[in-house]
Order: sequence, then structure tokens, then C-alpha cells
Amino acid sequence: MREEKNYWQALNLALDMAMAEDSSVFILGEDVGLYGGTYRVTEGLYAKYGEERVRDTPISENSFTGLGVGAAMVGMRPVVEIMTINFALLALDAIINMAAKIPFMSGGQYTIPLVVRMPGGVAKQLAAQHSQRLEHTLMNVPGLRIAVPSTPQDAYWQLRQAINSNDPIIFLEHELLYFTKGILDSSIEPLPIHRAQVRRKGKHLTIISYSRHVLLCLQAAEQLAKQGIDAEVIDLRSLKPIDWDTCAQSLQHTHRLLVVEEDCQFAGSGAEIVTHLTERCFFELDEAPIRVAGRDIPTPFNAQLEAASIPQVADIIAAAQRFRYPS
Amino acid sequence: MEREQIHKMLRDMLRARAFEERAAEEYSKGNFTGFLHLYPGEEAVAVGVIHAAEPSDYIVTTYREHVHALVRGTPSKAIMAELFGRRDGVCKGMGGSMHLFDAERRFMGGYAIVGETYPIAIGVGYAVMLRKLPEAVICFFGDGAVNQGTFHESLNMAALWRLPVLFVCENNHYQIGTEIHRHSAVTDVYKRAAAYNIPAEKINGMDVLTVNRTTQRLLKQIRSGGGPYLLELETYRFRGHSMADPGTYRPAVEVHSFTTQDPISIAAHEIELNYPTTDQIAEVGPDCITLLTQHAQEKGQLIEQELALMKDDIAKEIDAAVDFALQSPQPTLEECLDDFNINQRTEILI
Repeated sequence: MREEKNYWQALNLALDMAMAEDSSVFILGEDVGLYGGTYRVTEGLYAKYGEERVRDTPISENSFTGLGVGAAMVGMRPVVEIMTINFALLALDAIINMAAKIPFMSGGQYTIPLVVRMPGGVAKQLAAQHSQRLEHTLMNVPGLRIAVPSTPQDAYWQLRQAINSNDPIIFLEHELLYFTKGILDSSIEPLPIHRAQVRRKGKHLTIISYSRHVLLCLQAAEQLAKQGIDAEVIDLRSLKPIDWDTCAQSLQHTHRLLVVEEDCQFAGSGAEIVTHLTERCFFELDEAPIRVAGRDIPTPFNAQLEAASIPQVADIIAAAQRFRYPS
Repeated sequence: MEREQIHKMLRDMLRARAFEERAAEEYSKGNFTGFLHLYPGEEAVAVGVIHAAEPSDYIVTTYREHVHALVRGTPSKAIMAELFGRRDGVCKGMGGSMHLFDAERRFMGGYAIVGETYPIAIGVGYAVMLRKLPEAVICFFGDGAVNQGTFHESLNMAALWRLPVLFVCENNHYQIGTEIHRHSAVTDVYKRAAAYNIPAEKINGMDVLTVNRTTQRLLKQIRSGGGPYLLELETYRFRGHSMADPGTYRPAVEVHSFTTQDPISIAAHEIELNYPTTDQIAEVGPDCITLLTQHAQEKGQLIEQELALMKDDIAKEIDAAVDFALQSPQPTLEECLDDFNINQRTEILI
């Protein structure tokens, strides 16, 4: 099948296919069943698979995520939806202390084939408690893997791969991506789940980003091209593990590194990316890397301030212009 | 009750007591460090409950769980080696005293964050429900764990979906040093289950025979689709919360009142007043082990020679476990990474 789909439809299809193929896959979360999911991701699945496999839960994030952990320990493949990543703070005990540690603490006796899906990021004036990014917190947890798809194609395949995996995987979906469109080809051989992908080839600088901000970086790259700056854009697709080889290969010919993240800059993903690549590619770099990131403040409600608190296309362009290029 | 069954339970209670006292001794010698939460006084709970479980049932428990694993059948040497952090421990030295797991015996782990056992138990129960199997999940927790949110969240879900979980409260009256009247507005834990329409009862957790009979009845009911149940077992730990806790906050008279109904004393009273020899317990008299021994002797089901033989066997077993632990190698960092990446080897990640 090859057709245009919304991001949410791609996720919906992935869940549907996984549930049809494997009876150990089940979904649980708030309003995922009868209501169809707050972002429609589970639409139609309740009618098709019934209430036991598409389970509407009470508002008890820590316990229903922990329920997923317990079920995964005995061979089920639960897909937990946490309505928004902000509520995942209430489930961090289940995620960090249980899911991430049980395989290790048990000396490898138990695997945790669990996927926890979390819509998140800064959407449209949802205010500070509903506009969070937690990748910095989750990246620092040994035992977790983190997928951050930016296209419908990746949303579909990475979710299929995450469900098939025996590790606990956090699946971060940006709320502004749900209604973006793209070609979904479900017949191809997908890339490995954590492989980064070069979205645009270029020779002057490497821009590394993930999730929704990849789209902004691509827009910035088009405008930079008009000014004679040819940017290579890498979509990480995964924040744990990170495909360092793809990044390092790019720096071998661009020699300039710009990292773009929506999350707050301090101790964020960009800090890790810049540090790792600087250590590894120090002699390849012509200049100090630059980070463009969210301000270190809770997200303001005011629309203008909200926009100003996270990187916009203009910010990415301005940052790219700070490098000195050979004329 | 069958003579054989009583002997098995008495043996396990004595093993439990001897294992824990020896663990304390090895800890004091400096053979291992970290947290060590011991079980003496509460043996009738783990033994009575787990002897009622089928091999197909699941057990989820807390950080005070050496005895639960031991009674479930995990070899004492594998548990002791885990306490020592050695390679031949049941979790290869990666888990330690508070995190014993034994997948082969459906022992789903010891959890050291208070209140974590409930979500794990309802998760396993959910899987059992989806698979329509006649299996039950036993979820242990202490009285201090009932004020965590997960207690209420998980009991609610267990009741909503009629999950096959037996919630077993080991009420030893203390959350570390805070007595139950100072940590809970409602001190009868079983009453809280009513808020979630879960049937519940409270029984004497020092009397292994009652604990065992009750648990058998409840598990049978749960396996055949009866839904969740909460069983509160009133018990007492003779020692402090952990090796770091001398337990001085408890009035001597209170400790004494419980040690006189030590579950082992309830079983083994007259002959073995001071077994297993720590001065601390000897001072306060008979216990649950004594109670069971006494009962068995009164019924003519246990003679002195049998008891002596049993203790002799156990002493040898525990000595062997310590030797095994001492000889087991230290795990390496490479092994640690091996286990950490065990799931990932089957996948191409990047």
C-alpha cells in the first residue's frame, strides 16, 4: 500500500495491523476506546477488537502504565497511551523504576515489550502544564529507548517496530504533527527503528533535529539555499540510542554543526548531541557548534510569547548565518 | 490438616528463620552491605500464603522478600549468593536483597519503591484475564503501602475489570518507625477495600494454619473467576525495619506481646523456645514457629526427633548456601552490560 496519510492515520494503521497480527498486543489509556483517542489515533479499534484489547482506563497514569509493565513481563505487548506527555510525570515511577530497570535487575530474566505513546510538545496555547517536552528527562534513563517520528511513514513503521521490540520504548508524538500529511508505503523494507535519516543533502552545514522541528529545519534550509548556504538536514528519528555514525559522516563534509531542539536548552538533548559529536569529530569541525533550543522557561500562554519561547524558522536561519562560510 | 503439610510448613518456617538470622550474621560480619530487611516474626504469612499457591500462580512482592522466594522454591544458595551480590545469585548479582526475581517460578520480583507491587500485579492479572487462564496473582504489600496512590488506583482497576488478584496485606503495624495509628486514619486495612467493592477480611497472621486454609479458599475462588480479594494478615516483625534500624521506637511490652505468638512458636513451642538462637528473640519468648510446633506436637504429628532432624538439615542447607555465596565469583562490568542489552541483541537498532 502506498498512499497519502495523516500522521494520526499512520499510527492508527500501525496499531490496527499489529493487533490483527498478534493477539498479545493490546492498547490501554484514557479515552482510547469508545471515544477513539483524543487525537483519533485509536479510532475504530474499540469496535474492531473489543474493550479488553482496547481498554479505557481511569485517570490513574502511574498504575495503568505499571499495569502495562506487569502484562509485558508475562509476554503481552501492551501499547500504553498517556494522553499527553505532561501526565507522564505521574507515571515516571512505572517508566523509570519499573519498565527500564526490571530487565536489568532481574539479571535478564524478564523482558519488557512495552510501548508508551506520549503526545507532547508545544501545540497551540495549551499553557505551561500542557506544553512540555520531557526528552531530556527520559534520555537520561538507562534501559529506555526513545523514538521520535516526524513523518507519517516513520510514525507507521517505527510504531510497528516498537511494538515488535522486546524493550520498553517511549514513543514521542508531537501534537502539531497529527494532521500533517505524507506518503505512507507499508510495503517497503523500513529503516532500522533508531537509524537517523538525511532529509536534505547539503555541503555547508549539518542541521540535526528531530520530531516536528525537522520540518522547520527543512523550511529554513530552503530559504538558506536562496542565500547560497547549502544545509544538510538530519532527522534523528530516535533519541535513544542516537545514530552517531550518520551524524559524523555528515560532519566530514560540512564541518559545521547546528542542533535544533524544541526542548529547553539547559542539559537538553542538544547538549548531549553537541558534546558527543564535538568529542568525536573535533578535528572535522571548522567552528564551535551552535544550539538553537527552547528558552529555559515554562511555556507562556500568550501566543506571541509562546512562539518566542521555542525555535522558529527565522531563528534557525539566523543561527545558520552566524557561521563563516568560504566565499 | 495433613501431617505432611504441617511438616512442610514448619520446615519452611524454620528455614525462613534460619536463613534470615544467618543473613543478619553474614551482614554483621561485613560479608555484604546495602539494605537488608529481615522477616523474623512474619513467617506464617509468606509460608501460609505461598503454600496455598499453585506453580501456575504468580507472586509479586516487596523488598522484604527473601522468605517469599525461599518458600516459593528458589534455592537458598541462589538467594544467599544474590544477597552477596555474586554471579551465581538468582539475578546474577544485579538485583540484590530487595530485587529477587525468579521467572521460572513465576516470582515476579521484589520491588523497593513502596506501592509498586499493585500495578505489576494487576498487569499480570490483566494478562491472565485476556488469556482466560485459571491462574491467580498474589500481591504482597505492607500496611505502610496502603497510603500510596497506586493502592487506590490499582484496586479500583482490579475491581472494575474483575482481575484475578489476591491482595495480601502484611500488616506488621509499622511503616519503618511510624506506627499504624500515626500513618493511617483507618487502621483496619481490610475496610478500605470496601471503597472499591472488593471483598476483604482480616485474620491472625501469626497462625500459619489459618493463613493457609484461608488463602487456599480465596485462591480457588479467584482462579474460577471470583474477582479480586483483599486479605489482611496481622503480624509483627521482631527486628527493626532493616539492619540499619535497631527498632528502639517500639515499646518492649508491644514487642513482647507479639513474640509470645510468634508463628513459629505457634508451631514449635515447648521444645524450641530459643530457636534459632539469636539472643534478641530468645529474650522475648515463643513465636509463630513455637505455635505451630506446639500444635503439631499436641496433635501427635511431630516428635522431638523429627524436629531435631529438621533443624539439623536446615542448618546444613544454610551453611551450604553461605559457602556457595562466598565462593561464587564477582560479576564483571561486561556481564552487567550483557544482561542490560539482552533484548537488543535480537534486533538491528541502527
